[in-house]
Amino acid sequence: MKKSNDHGKYKYGMVIDIDKCTGCGTCMVACAAENNVAVRADQSDKERTITWMRLYKISNGKEFPHTEVSYFPRPCMHCDHHPPCVSVCVATATKLDFNTGIVSQIYTRCIGCRYCQAACPYGARYFNWWDVFPQDKGMDRYLTPEVSPRMRGVVEKCTFCHQRLMGAKTLAYAEDRQEIEEGEYVTACTEACPAQAITFGDLNNPEHEVSKLIKHPFTFRLLERIGTDPKVYYHSSRDWIRKLGDNFLPGEYTPVVNKTWAEEEWSTKPGRDEF
Amino acid sequence: MKDPENSPKKSSDRGGDRPPSGFFPRWMNINILAQDVGFFILGLIGASIVGWIVFPAVLYSKHPQPINFNHALHLDSERVDGIEGETKDEKCFSCHSFRDDGTFTGIPKLEKCTECHDDPESPLGETPAEKTFMTKYVANEKEIPWLVYSKQPDCVYFSHIAHVKMGNIDCATCHGDFADNEKLPLYVKNRLTGYSRDIWGKRISGFYWNKKFSDRMKMDDCARCHTEKDQKQNNACFVCHK
Repeated sequence: MKKSNDHGKYKYGMVIDIDKCTGCGTCMVACAAENNVAVRADQSDKERTITWMRLYKISNGKEFPHTEVSYFPRPCMHCDHHPPCVSVCVATATKLDFNTGIVSQIYTRCIGCRYCQAACPYGARYFNWWDVFPQDKGMDRYLTPEVSPRMRGVVEKCTFCHQRLMGAKTLAYAEDRQEIEEGEYVTACTEACPAQAITFGDLNNPEHEVSKLIKHPFTFRLLERIGTDPKVYYHSSRDWIRKLGDNFLPGEYTPVVNKTWAEEEWSTKPGRDEF
Repeated sequence: MKDPENSPKKSSDRGGDRPPSGFFPRWMNINILAQDVGFFILGLIGASIVGWIVFPAVLYSKHPQPINFNHALHLDSERVDGIEGETKDEKCFSCHSFRDDGTFTGIPKLEKCTECHDDPESPLGETPAEKTFMTKYVANEKEIPWLVYSKQPDCVYFSHIAHVKMGNIDCATCHGDFADNEKLPLYVKNRLTGYSRDIWGKRISGFYWNKKFSDRMKMDDCARCHTEKDQKQNNACFVCHK
């Protein structure tokens, strides 16, 4: 069994700069609009809300004046090495495409057992409890034609806007090119982010910005040590954020750098030792 | 049902009154066996008729296209201005063209038709189909509700340019040869699924000895062609699904 897609031609991935993220939520909105993500009349029930791109609020848990709050967006990680959702899927509805690195989800094939939802360590998968796009109510006029809306009883997740990859390929073919260039295929969240915190590209191509960013010591991934090899990277200069990326035992985490702007700011103030 | 050739001489009854005689038990009576086989064959024939003839007849409904478009007439460059090209495919592109971003226009809109058929009062030909077209659609500026034979389910993504331009596949390979058609075939619709029968194929069994790619338009056919043309990486789910 193929364990990694290193031999694949493309490996699309994403680097999210948490220091740039303002927590505005534009990525969530853009994602939902692009991918026909279902909305209900009452979205307050967060256990039933579908958010392919989810914005989490994190805090270093300290008291004022040392409190630091940050936001981090969480798409599907598109695990490169044995995606847990893929290995548990009983219907082969979700697969890792070795050629693009995108973990696909075929809604017409999904039987809705929600095993993948339980297996995903990142909580990136969502279940459709209702049909939310009734054909005759006119809601289908707002849909993206390149993305098929989901029916009730299937699981869905971020697809790295693969319809945009198809669109970029089609455009390249129209212009007599075989390959697509960097920036021609980006996800909706990448395009929408007003702070430009998200970078998207081909991790196999050393020319792409993402390949350079992932080599930076500030770059980390979520739950890196469980070995799923996610293709979504995070970037932060703050140690407490990087530390939250995995479950570390006391003393296990080795800081990359201990300086943050807040630390600089409060270094002369009382309570500095707590940092 | 009695089968005189297989029946022994004492075939007047099913042997119910007589005590069992001989080596074989009574239920193995050849007479009864023949009856059972007969009923089985009769049932099989009946079920086959229902399954192969009655059920498809009930399952599929036939619809004529709103206008009987004559492809052969329109592809004749001597009779129609603006149809250019050496091959049939180049002629196809005169109306079924690609947009600048590479997407396929599919069946042209009324706008394309009215480039030539611009005046509802003066038809260009003499056919009754054109007369209907002029009075009903051009005069009212109404789009023709074509029934698309090759309309795929919503979950399917297909890039025409990847196949026609990059893969050098003729239109007729998948769609069948429409270029010489003088009459549009009936649109056969599955009553249960609402899909065109061209997707499943004309044969109810789904079995073909020498299958052409134009016979069916199912996922297996896409995968078969990808594999045959050494494009196995395109058998990944997200190449054709969306």
